[in-house]
Order: sequence, then C-alpha cells, then structure tokens
Amino acid sequence: MATKTKKKPSKKNLTTPRMERCIGCHSCSLACARIVHKRLSWDTAGIRILSSGGLSTGFEARTCLLCDPAPCAEACPTGAYVQRKGGGVIVKKKLCIRCGDCAEACPVDAIYLDHTDEPFVCIHCGRCVPFCPHDCLEMVKVSAEPAMVSVE
Amino acid sequence: MIRDHFRVLIVDLSSGRGHIEEVDGRNTEAGGSGLGALLYEKYGHAEQPWNHPDQPLILAIGPLTGYFPLMSKTVCAFKSPYHDQYAESHAGGRSALALRFADLDALVVTGVARNPSCLSFGSKHLDLVDVAYMWGTDVQASGKLLRQMSGGSGHRSILRIGPAGETGSAMACINVDTYRHFGRLGSGAVMGSKNLKAIVIQGDGVFPLKETTKYSKLFSEVHKKLTATDMMMKYHSLGTASNLESLNTMQSLPWRNLKQTTDPAIEGITGQKFADDTLLRSMACSGCPVGCIHMGFVREKFRKENRYVYRQVSYDYEPIFATGSMLGVTDAFAVLNIMDVVEKVGLDVMSAGVALAWATEALEKGIISEEETLVALRFGEAKTYEEAVRHLGTGANDFYRLLSQGTLKAAGHYGGSDFACVLGQEMGGYATGEVYFAAQSLGLRHSHLDSGGYSYDQKHDDKDVDKAVDFLVSDEQGRVFLTSMVACLFARGVYTDELLADCLRAVGYHPLADNMEAVSQNIQRLRWKTRFATGFDPQGVKIPKRFTEVTTWKGPIDQVFLETLKREYGKRLVELAKEEKVASE
Repeated sequence: MATKTKKKPSKKNLTTPRMERCIGCHSCSLACARIVHKRLSWDTAGIRILSSGGLSTGFEARTCLLCDPAPCAEACPTGAYVQRKGGGVIVKKKLCIRCGDCAEACPVDAIYLDHTDEPFVCIHCGRCVPFCPHDCLEMVKVSAEPAMVSVE
Repeated sequence: MIRDHFRVLIVDLSSGRGHIEEVDGRNTEAGGSGLGALLYEKYGHAEQPWNHPDQPLILAIGPLTGYFPLMSKTVCAFKSPYHDQYAESHAGGRSALALRFADLDALVVTGVARNPSCLSFGSKHLDLVDVAYMWGTDVQASGKLLRQMSGGSGHRSILRIGPAGETGSAMACINVDTYRHFGRLGSGAVMGSKNLKAIVIQGDGVFPLKETTKYSKLFSEVHKKLTATDMMMKYHSLGTASNLESLNTMQSLPWRNLKQTTDPAIEGITGQKFADDTLLRSMACSGCPVGCIHMGFVREKFRKENRYVYRQVSYDYEPIFATGSMLGVTDAFAVLNIMDVVEKVGLDVMSAGVALAWATEALEKGIISEEETLVALRFGEAKTYEEAVRHLGTGANDFYRLLSQGTLKAAGHYGGSDFACVLGQEMGGYATGEVYFAAQSLGLRHSHLDSGGYSYDQKHDDKDVDKAVDFLVSDEQGRVFLTSMVACLFARGVYTDELLADCLRAVGYHPLADNMEAVSQNIQRLRWKTRFATGFDPQGVKIPKRFTEVTTWKGPIDQVFLETLKREYGKRLVELAKEEKVASE
C-alpha cells in the first residue's frame, strides 16, 4: 500500500451507497487514519463510523457528501480548504490556522477536529475502499450521477 | 501507544479517584492474559474472598490491540465468585480498541462505590457517576440509558451488568456493547459487589504512527489473509452455529442434560436453519473485518390485532447448545427467545442453560419439586425455560439463588451430583470425549478455549495419556501468547508464530518478537501460579458420573483413561506452576 498518491488528482469520489451492509468493523476509518493521516485512531479519519441509535439499528458513515459549493471551503479564511471539482474540498494543510470554522460550517459533521483543532476530512482518495469487507463504499466517477448516500 | 512498560489506570471506587501507574513487564508478560495475571499478583489478594472490597477487577489489552485486524479482544481478570479462585474471561466488542484509544494497557478497579455507579473514562477524563436509578434495570434498558448519558457514539464501549450481577450470581456476566460478554465464572457479580453497574470507555485518543510504510504493508497483507481467503469462511458464513450439525453427527452434541449426544431433532436448530429463518445481519468487533457476530431476530405478538415487538438476539454455537439441545428445545425462534431473556438478566448463557438442564432432570427424578423450580420444567418446553431463566437471573427463591452459585452447589444440597454436567464449571458444548472432559475440568478458564482438547478428541482415538497431556500443555502455551496480544482465537490459523513476530517487529516490540517462546512459557506459568495461589487443587476436581455414561464416535467413554488423563494433566499443571520464570534475552 503506497503512502502517497502518485497518480494525477483523482477523478473519482468516495460514496457510501451500501451502508446498510456495514458491520461496524471500523476497517475503513482505521485505514484512513493509518494510511492517509499516519495515525492510530478512530477519529482522525475522513470517514468515521457511528452506531445509529445504538448497535441494534446499524451504522452510519460520517464522511464528506461532496457539497458544491462546499460550505467548509467558503468558511475557510485562509484557503486551506478550496472547492474541489465534482464536490468536496482540496486540502492544503500548510495554510490551515486551525480555526475550526470548516468543521462548524459542515452541515453533516464530516470534519473532525482533533485536540489541537487540526481538521480531518475525506479527500476522496479511495484508500479506505479495499478494506471494507462488505463493499459498503464505492468510488464513482465525478461525471457520473450525483453521489448517493444509500441506494439499498 | 508503543511503550516498554504498561500504562495502567487504577481506580478506587471508594474514593471515586484514580491514578495512572507505569508497570514493568512488557517484555516478559506482554499484555492481555499475561498482564491480567501480573496485575492480579500486584493488586489482588489471594487469601481474601472474591468480594473483598480490595479485590481488583482487571481489564487488559495487548501490544497488538488495534494495530492489526482481529487483535480485538479484552481480557478480564478477577477472583471468581464461582470457585473463589483466580479467573479470566475474554470478550470482543469495542472494549479493546476503546482501551487502546483511551491510551491504556489496562484498567484496575478496586474498592466499593458508595452508591450504584457508572465508571466513565477516556484519554482525557475520569468520572464516577451515581446511577442509583439504574440499579435493577435489565441489560437492555441500562444500555439505552447509558448510551443516552454518554457521548462518543460508535467510538466508545459500554459494559454493564444486569440483575444477575447485582444479586451476586456466580453465573453473572458483564455485557459488552450489547452483543458480546465477559461470560464465564461470574465477573458480573464482581462488578455487582463493587456497586458498579457500568463502565463506559471513550476511545478518544489519537496516536502518531512513526514508521508507516512497512507497517501499513503488513497490515494490508494480514487483512487480505483474513478476508480474501476462505480461512475465515466458517466464522462469517454460518458462523460457529455450523458446529451444531457436525457435532451432532459425530455424537458429540450434548442433548437433554447429556442424556444423549445426538438426535434427529437437530434439523430445527442447525446453523443453516438459523441462517435461513432467523438471521438478520452480521456485525463485527471493532478492528475485525470478519464480522462473525450473527444477529437473529425474534418477534412477539403482544395484542391479537397483529401488534408485534421485535428484538435482535446474537447467536453462536455455544448459546444454541446451552438453550437448545441441552434443554431439548428444537425450534430456532424458541431458542432465541430463551437467549433473549438470558441477555436481559445478564447471565452467562452456557452456565444458565446447563444449570437448568440439571434442574429439569432433578425435577423429573423427584429430587426437587415445583416448590423449588416454581415452574414445571420439562425438556423442550421453551416458554417455561424463559420463566426459569428469569428466576435464575433474579434469584427468585432459595433454590434459584443456590443454583446460580453453581449446579454442583445445588446438587450438594438437594442431591443429583451424578448428573450435574459440570467440568470445573458448567460444561461447554463438546461431548467429544475424554481429552475434552479432562481439559475443561482442569483448564484455567474451564473453557473449551483453554486448549484444543475438543479438536484432539475428534482426530485421535488412541489412549496415549502422555501424548494427550503434552498436547494440552503445549497448545495452551500457544494460546496464552495469542490471548496476551490480545487476538481473537478465531484468527489462530492466520496468526502463526512467524506472523506474530513480524507484527510485533513492525510496530516496534522487538524484544517480545525475539523471545516469544520464553514469554509464552512465562505467561503460562504465571497464570497457573496465580490460580494455585488462590486455592486450586486439580485432584479436588471431580468429573460427574454422567460424563462417563456418554458414547461418542469413539465409543463409550473409557473411565480409566479419563481418570488417568485428569490425574496426569493435574500433575503437570502443579509442576508448571512451580517452575521458575524463564529469563528473557
């Protein structure tokens, strides 16, 4: 597994079309934290798995839903978050002043702030996808139909 | 976090305060099972009874917890109310990763809380909250209250007890995240004795990974082995419930208090039947892509005009054996309904089922009457068993209170010890033969997971005592290393010694990787030393007559072989506990 994306910027988006199949193993979040953010954590990941109303009713993914225009990018005062073509944001970590405005602006709680207020959001790289044992996640082309949260 | 010591949170419930201690032993006791015994040696009181306020309740994870797939279990160590000796119980769910992300290798809880309380902690907080209003609630209701009062959905672990734990049942479990359990040997009563209704662990810490390329590559390889090959198929397809049919075919499935080992009525409770008719979905422990937790459903018509409630009940081989074949209940939904009541009252399902099977036969034989059992127990009468489980879990009368201390305790008072299916504790679902009977009788956890005795029986029909004892001792040694990491034992086929060493090295535990043999020996000895220090006497463990009346695929049980095996295995355990610690490099 490469630690850096060597290909040209992704033309695909991460979607979560089959979350009803989720078993709550957290493999996706742990993969994102491990591979993308070089951390061991449930939280510092672009996709976080929560139980919805207790374990008995299943799981939901907190991840970027590809807003365009993205409120987080509009809220960012330093250009660390800029609009990504096809929805979501491109993240420039060096420009981030850790104000937390992005997380506050996100309507679906997809941005996690750690204890230093560093924001973590999905960059649609797709490196979590192969770790899902039930194919809950899928990369779809930007030009395809609008991303769906659930089709099942 | 990778460190050369253990970071342990010590909480005194009497004061509501805690502190962090750094405990040495990473390179000799590793974690999990080894750490549990190490901490009991340090904080436990071998000579005091199990419910002495100073006795510790210990939760321990291992060096690989959270770092690799299926390193997802927690070890609970305590002095058991069942036999007043050192005990271990293991559970999945989220508690292991929650402890990891709370930046702890272990939790040690001592003292008694002034009021019924919930201990809540994470990487940045520690609170003891008065939950007197929750005392008496069942496991399902308390789970809902606890979810409501604590944040961190999905990234927390909620442990709680039901009425069985509150009333001191030696069969009380600690429920972990609704569908997993520290099941056996009464850890729930230890929490109850401490006025501790619940523990909520928030996994809110974040840890940097120093060298990620090599580690991530190895992680991916392990993940692939666990998901892309068919090695784990049996666990996520039909699940452990697939064993019902195969053990029944091998004449090794206990039926109706072990009066039989096979029955054509198996058709109603096979793994396939459960999957076809009752399976709703699968779930996983955090950090495990296998997803072996099988969720069945039951529904109940509470008004004639088609008003229903439905509930989800997790099933596995052992609970189906205990509430199905052992009680002669052969309808899958009826079995799930009994399990559902077991869950609510917070009992260990295997102990409860086996105890009620004995009570049923005792009633049949006229040793006890309905005055004791309150309901007319009869094999196959599922609804009656639901009521009986409630009586057992709440300690409804003197009979049930005594039975909940152990079937042999009740048999000691009323008679009927010949047909009590107890091998150190109520039997696991393996009537496979002499090796398993000896192994569970003397195993440290009195569990089928202590060693592969049940598997040995299925492959060997010779009567070589030395060979069998060698197998039990060496197999246990391998397993204690895994349960010190702490791996799910379902992964034992994947995590070879070589792979474990690679994993340890990949995250920086080189001394452990270099000394696995010595470390596993140390842990095995320390655990036995701890058990013996609390009063274990292998020769004092009797195997009831019922086990000698069993016929398996190998034929009738050979009593001489069984007794010789038990005696020689017991001698080896005494020797093991006396051996000196092996020096690590």
